[in-house]
Amino acid sequence: MASYSTNEFRSGLKVIIDDDPCSIIENEFVKPGKGQAFNRVKIRNLKSGRVLDKTFKSGESLEAADVIEIDMQYLYNDGQFWHFMEPDSFEQHAADANAVGESHLWLKAQDSCQVTLYNGDPIGVTPPNFVELDITDTDPGLKGDTAQGGTKPATLETGAIVKVPLFLEIGEVVRVDTRTGEYMSRVKK
Amino acid sequence: MQWQPSASLETIQKRAQIYQQVRAFFSAREYLEVDTPLLSRATNTDAQIVSIEVSNQRQQLFLQTSPEFAMKRLLAAGSGSIYQICHAFRGAETGRLHNTEFTLLEWYRVAYDYQALMDEVEALIDTLSDRSNSYRRIRYRDLLIEYANVDFSNIQLSKLREKSRELVPGTDTDQLDFDQCLDLLLSMVVAPRLEGYVFVYDYPVSQAALARVNATNPSIAERFELFHGGLELANGFSELTDARLQRRRFENDNELRVTRGLPSYPIDEHLLAALETGMPECAGVALGMDRLLMVLLKLDSIDQAISFVDRVPGS
Repeated sequence: MASYSTNEFRSGLKVIIDDDPCSIIENEFVKPGKGQAFNRVKIRNLKSGRVLDKTFKSGESLEAADVIEIDMQYLYNDGQFWHFMEPDSFEQHAADANAVGESHLWLKAQDSCQVTLYNGDPIGVTPPNFVELDITDTDPGLKGDTAQGGTKPATLETGAIVKVPLFLEIGEVVRVDTRTGEYMSRVKK
Repeated sequence: MQWQPSASLETIQKRAQIYQQVRAFFSAREYLEVDTPLLSRATNTDAQIVSIEVSNQRQQLFLQTSPEFAMKRLLAAGSGSIYQICHAFRGAETGRLHNTEFTLLEWYRVAYDYQALMDEVEALIDTLSDRSNSYRRIRYRDLLIEYANVDFSNIQLSKLREKSRELVPGTDTDQLDFDQCLDLLLSMVVAPRLEGYVFVYDYPVSQAALARVNATNPSIAERFELFHGGLELANGFSELTDARLQRRRFENDNELRVTRGLPSYPIDEHLLAALETGMPECAGVALGMDRLLMVLLKLDSIDQAISFVDRVPGS
């Protein structure tokens, strides 16, 4: 397996740290005048999503992680796994709850999303930044109240609960920012 | 194509103005400006410094990591106090505060020791910054006690590793030797918290580099470093004049290099011969000019102080 020396570190590089695949977010070279040089690195553990600080002696090497990110089509959930398909090869991948995490709230069949594969297995799923989903449940809309503020919770077809303006009704489609979980706009059908 | 300088024209003008002020400062103090070669067959043996090798018709040469050896040969030849502004090169040092090629102002004052030289560094910086700054002076030992609660003169390696791991989480300190732990604490814990100009002096003798050992306390070296807001600006010594001790330090460096799997470097026999003939007692200091510009102009990165940097894209 290939490895990377600290002088090759840059953001986005995928390496193995403490047996887990990680992505380098930031890398800073630190050296006291005549002393030992270090690389202070901020990394994201791609399995847990946690962000950690690590310090390495400059010149050390880390094993490269076989991590690729592929755009895939979400197919369905069988109750245990979420199934995705590579659009070109039609190859299918099954991701478990650990890999999907909170992203399941935004997964709608046929939508495209980014699946992170580590040694060929899914370890992460990133939905598109914006998704359009049906409202399946919410309190009755207040007619005419289209301008003023005020929100109410609405349950979407994927199970996500989002705050929406008071005038929206069951069956309407909303556009949501999946990074913040916030309502963006109503989508005209 | 990004062909423009990485420093602004204002910075480039400021650099020129500073060089004029530096020359006036040293001229008034009766220093001789000198100019020594950048290429040499020998180089710095320090295990923490990577020399850049160049070849010329199969002859191995090195770009200087500082002008120290050549300037000391001038001192031994009777030059009197000398200074120079020159480029120096250190491989594998690239980052926000480091560039492989950088500019040093280095000077040697005959009959001075490191304490007197710190006064002169203050006078120079006050001149260049056109104001009277306040400077703190603190011993290396007291600094680490104050900021990291570590007394290097009274701690076992195992305890030091434990303490370092605690203060810098995410570090495999079992891989670090005693001085590497101290370096870790200094760069990660202490330096980021320093404010204003701070001289750190009386380094552990294991980090003496080319400094004289203190006559009354053999566990410390007469070495100082100047920081500003945690950024290291200068490194100075009461210079080691003993040829025999100097040879032993070079040899120890090379042994350490070999144990770390690094190439051993040719020792500068010209310097040792000069020391044997006799170099006057003196103190010397190297000041990073690019970093001093960063401080004076409040620049965020060394790139903004240097006219052109040539880096691999994305690094």
